Amino acid sequence: MGYQYTIWIVILPFLAFVINGLGSEKLPTKISGWIATLAIGISTFLSYETAFQYFTSPSGEKIIAFKTIWLRFNDTLHIDIGILLDPISVMMLVVITTVSLMVFIYSQGYMKNEGGYDRYFSFLSLFSFSMLGLVVATNLFQMYMFWELVGISSYLLIGFYYDKPSVVAASKKAFIVTRFADMGFLIGILMISYSTGTFDFEILTKPEGLSFSTTSTFLGFSTITWALLLVFMGGAGKSAMFPLHIWLPDAMEGPTPVSALIHAATMVVAGVFLIARLFPLYSAFAPHALGVVAFIGAFTTLFAAVIACTQFDIKRILAFSTISQIGYMVLALGVSGYGGEAALGYTASLFHLFTHAFFKALLFLGAGAIIHAVHTNDIREMGGLSKHQPFTHILFLIACLTIAGIPPFAGFFSKDEILAAVLTTHPIYFGIAVLVAGLTAFYMFRLYFIVFWGKARNYDHSPHEVPAIMLIPMILLALGSMFTGFIPFGQFISSDGQPLVGHINWPVAISSVVFALSGIGVAWKFYMKESSASDNMAKAFGSMYTSATKKFYIDEIYILVTKGVIFQMISKPLAWFDRNVIDAFMNLLATKTNWTSMQIKEFQSGQLQKYAFIFISGVLIIVLSFIYATR
Amino acid sequence: MNILIAHIILPALTTLAIMFARTQKQVRAIASGGMSIQLILSFVLLYFFLQERANGNDAVVLFAQSYSWYPSLGISFDIGVDGIAVAMILLTSIVIFTGIFASWEVDKLYKEFFISLIVLATGVYGFFISLDLFILFLFFELAVIPMYLLIGIWGSGAKEYAAMKLTLMLMGGSALLVVGILGVYFTSDVEGARTFNILVLGQHHIPIEMQRIFFPMLFIGFGVIGALFPFHTWSPDGHSSAPTAVSMLHAGVLMKLGGYGCLKVAIFLLPEAANEMAWIFIILTSISVIYGALATVVQTDLKYINAYSSVSHCGLVLFAILMLNKTASTGAVLQMISHGLMTALFFALIGMLYSRTKTRIITEMGGLMKVLPFLSVCYVIAGLTSLGLPGLSGFVAEMTIFVGAFEHNDIFHRVVTIIAISSIVVTAVYILRVIGILLMGPVRNEAYHDFPKARWFEKIATTSLVVSILIIGLMPLLLSDIIRDSMGMIVDKLVLK
Repeated sequence: MGYQYTIWIVILPFLAFVINGLGSEKLPTKISGWIATLAIGISTFLSYETAFQYFTSPSGEKIIAFKTIWLRFNDTLHIDIGILLDPISVMMLVVITTVSLMVFIYSQGYMKNEGGYDRYFSFLSLFSFSMLGLVVATNLFQMYMFWELVGISSYLLIGFYYDKPSVVAASKKAFIVTRFADMGFLIGILMISYSTGTFDFEILTKPEGLSFSTTSTFLGFSTITWALLLVFMGGAGKSAMFPLHIWLPDAMEGPTPVSALIHAATMVVAGVFLIARLFPLYSAFAPHALGVVAFIGAFTTLFAAVIACTQFDIKRILAFSTISQIGYMVLALGVSGYGGEAALGYTASLFHLFTHAFFKALLFLGAGAIIHAVHTNDIREMGGLSKHQPFTHILFLIACLTIAGIPPFAGFFSKDEILAAVLTTHPIYFGIAVLVAGLTAFYMFRLYFIVFWGKARNYDHSPHEVPAIMLIPMILLALGSMFTGFIPFGQFISSDGQPLVGHINWPVAISSVVFALSGIGVAWKFYMKESSASDNMAKAFGSMYTSATKKFYIDEIYILVTKGVIFQMISKPLAWFDRNVIDAFMNLLATKTNWTSMQIKEFQSGQLQKYAFIFISGVLIIVLSFIYATR
Repeated sequence: MNILIAHIILPALTTLAIMFARTQKQVRAIASGGMSIQLILSFVLLYFFLQERANGNDAVVLFAQSYSWYPSLGISFDIGVDGIAVAMILLTSIVIFTGIFASWEVDKLYKEFFISLIVLATGVYGFFISLDLFILFLFFELAVIPMYLLIGIWGSGAKEYAAMKLTLMLMGGSALLVVGILGVYFTSDVEGARTFNILVLGQHHIPIEMQRIFFPMLFIGFGVIGALFPFHTWSPDGHSSAPTAVSMLHAGVLMKLGGYGCLKVAIFLLPEAANEMAWIFIILTSISVIYGALATVVQTDLKYINAYSSVSHCGLVLFAILMLNKTASTGAVLQMISHGLMTALFFALIGMLYSRTKTRIITEMGGLMKVLPFLSVCYVIAGLTSLGLPGLSGFVAEMTIFVGAFEHNDIFHRVVTIIAISSIVVTAVYILRVIGILLMGPVRNEAYHDFPKARWFEKIATTSLVVSILIIGLMPLLLSDIIRDSMGMIVDKLVLK
């Protein structure tokens, strides 16, 4: 049986987008949610079918299920639209459709009383369509196109409550920061296509067929290294890597299910997927670029984890945790080799991507359930919720244990693989990674203890458990968080298509679990009961703590550059220059012409007397001068 | 009758009929009816064109006709179209069609208004079908002159100043064009009688010293109307004073005469000088691209925003033409069409919003999405086209240009290309700024709730433009192939010599 049906996985959400978009105001409100959910439901089923069919067939080949020319540039370069099935794209199909479906179902409860229900589901469907199109892209340019579409659907969804000024600012920021990164991506694509004459992944990921001149260098790096660094810039923008991470915490202004789907489980890992997709290129031609990738990953994971420890907005804590976890994935890719045991990092990275999608989506949906009940995002205004929301409590606890890396939950396995991969290649990064494992456990349980235990607050009305339509998706995701760790991931996904036997690296596992447990322990000590220990701790760190709460002032630097430099020092003077120099010059030409003609117009006044006077005066002057001259 | 002749006769008949109309209703009916037939005619032209090509007719121009006009000087009424002209004619028909609906409510001297508007369009059609430099110039002037009346009489604000400035600057360009055209006419080594026929001139050679003199003249002459830096300043004032439909036609179609002329006259007839001197103009156009975009960021008047962003987008057209290769030039034509549709949509919407809010200053408005959802969504779509979102026409054009520009491998071209690419970020900044201030946020004024929703003629105007943008954006292959096939004639000359 062929794979032609896979095209419907992508098309169905698009149809839902079109129907909901055009039919808004005409469709009954409920229907739009069901149309979207039905479409993504069928897509999910088809994705599972594809995964089953693909992974049970023996070959790990790349399969082109569908392909058509969309736009021709010249004789060699053209953009195709198609569907490429290989282990990572099939895996991503499963992840995206699963999380999407859960979020779609959950949203039916969460968004029930919101205006713009149909708009919400139409944008959500647009997002799923774009994300699915991105992962099955057959070539770099198709990926770039869907990449942009993902960006715009993220913009539209962050800006869902568009009458709030902070929302407008956040959506704008998210789009512009990622757009800036995408510029790098685009230039990278153009450079690669110029050197290779193709956009096609099939050719690009067979490095033996390619040749790059590594002789031409620019600032010490070869052209291909620069190209891949620029491509990574695009990935870093979407995946919120330092220093392009600033949009993600603000993106939490969007509805919480949106944060779960887009800003936790799927879109933000697009950067990881991009590097994984081009990994053979990175590995074969640009080891320096991989070094940069690893460094950025390691730095970001620590940086974000530190900030997460100091935040009080539940969604922002989760956002920084997402940044930190993606940093893990990027780090693992950066230290990975190609083929064999050295490629453990590659498998580990994608494994973590897979498990992270489940537990992070669960965390966000749980946060949504909490916010739904208490109507605030500030954890200082929460407490003692375990009594009011018993189911949410259990589910949230499972997610916390998973992200902390406590066995036997999924996060333990994937994190262990990452740590093992980093240990064999780079001891310093290993130290950072283990430290981050401890910090992760600390900030997650800080959140958990404050919100669910601690002193009960006086709520306006008693917080209530969420309805079943919101609980069921959470339960399913919790099952995913608990059991996906047992999947022999290396059997299916590895850098070179050969099965990679994964096994637990016990020393690594034990040390990371010890760190995680101590993180939990500290959190318990600080936050289980109201205590001043945490405040004392904060005081001890002093300015370091303050700058962490201020997110190390990165936002302020950005504002300085954009508002202060670009807006005030470039754009305003330019606009002034245009009006007062260039345009004024044109006006000057006109006024001078006018003036000149004013001066000489008297010569043609039409008055006979004047003409006669000038004529006779002229004659007189000539006659006189002749008389005097000839004397 | 030749279908191309029909393209200029039908508008003429329409204006004639309008003269005899009595009421505003009749004028509207005749104008919209005539331009609807014109639109259909243009699609028929496209269909016939594709038929001919499919039947293996690979002549350079199709539907060619020649009527002798002034034989002793070698002027004849030569017409014919290639793929580029067909695409531009289609654009013109769409824009004039929507322009009629966008000016549905003009009630001051409405007869004269529609007549001038359609005469302007006639000039544009004539320009695109001409193969004779003299006739081409004649039609060029025919398109520019009504603009003076349209802005001066039906405009707003400092309309006399703006009309005068626009006309004078464009006339300045025309003066250069006359010299350039005569230069080409007299220095070409055509045997026997001299001719103005572009195709004939294109097969002959002009001494390089002469090319060096006349290329800048022709390029700047056409460049003025294509908003080439630093000759673009007529655009912000002209657009802001012009009535809606005039802005639409002017930015949508008239500015494209510049790019079209640069490509098909300046570069086609003077290829060697183009090769030699391209770098000067590449610098100017890349300044246009980034300068226009950066200057847009701080504007507050909607029409100024659009005028400056047009400087940026039209700068990209000329930039692409100067890359002197097939891919980028194809992208240039695509960009002309995309920008034409998008900017017409922008100006139409600005007019519609202005008729309700009575202001064009964005900081005085806000929250329009809530009260005018239909128009606001159209505005967002226009904005997304402008920032090059895949699935809309802008993306197709920009990417073709960038890929074409990257075919040059030297540092100079790389640097200017990267400068041009960086404009996509700045574009995103100013587009989202406008959307954020104008459409999002809380509803600024309680009176906004009483705004009339989009009316049927407004919906026709905006929907036709949005659909065109979407069709090109989703299925670009057909259009881009039509243009690419015709580009060979121009570009091959550049490569050979």
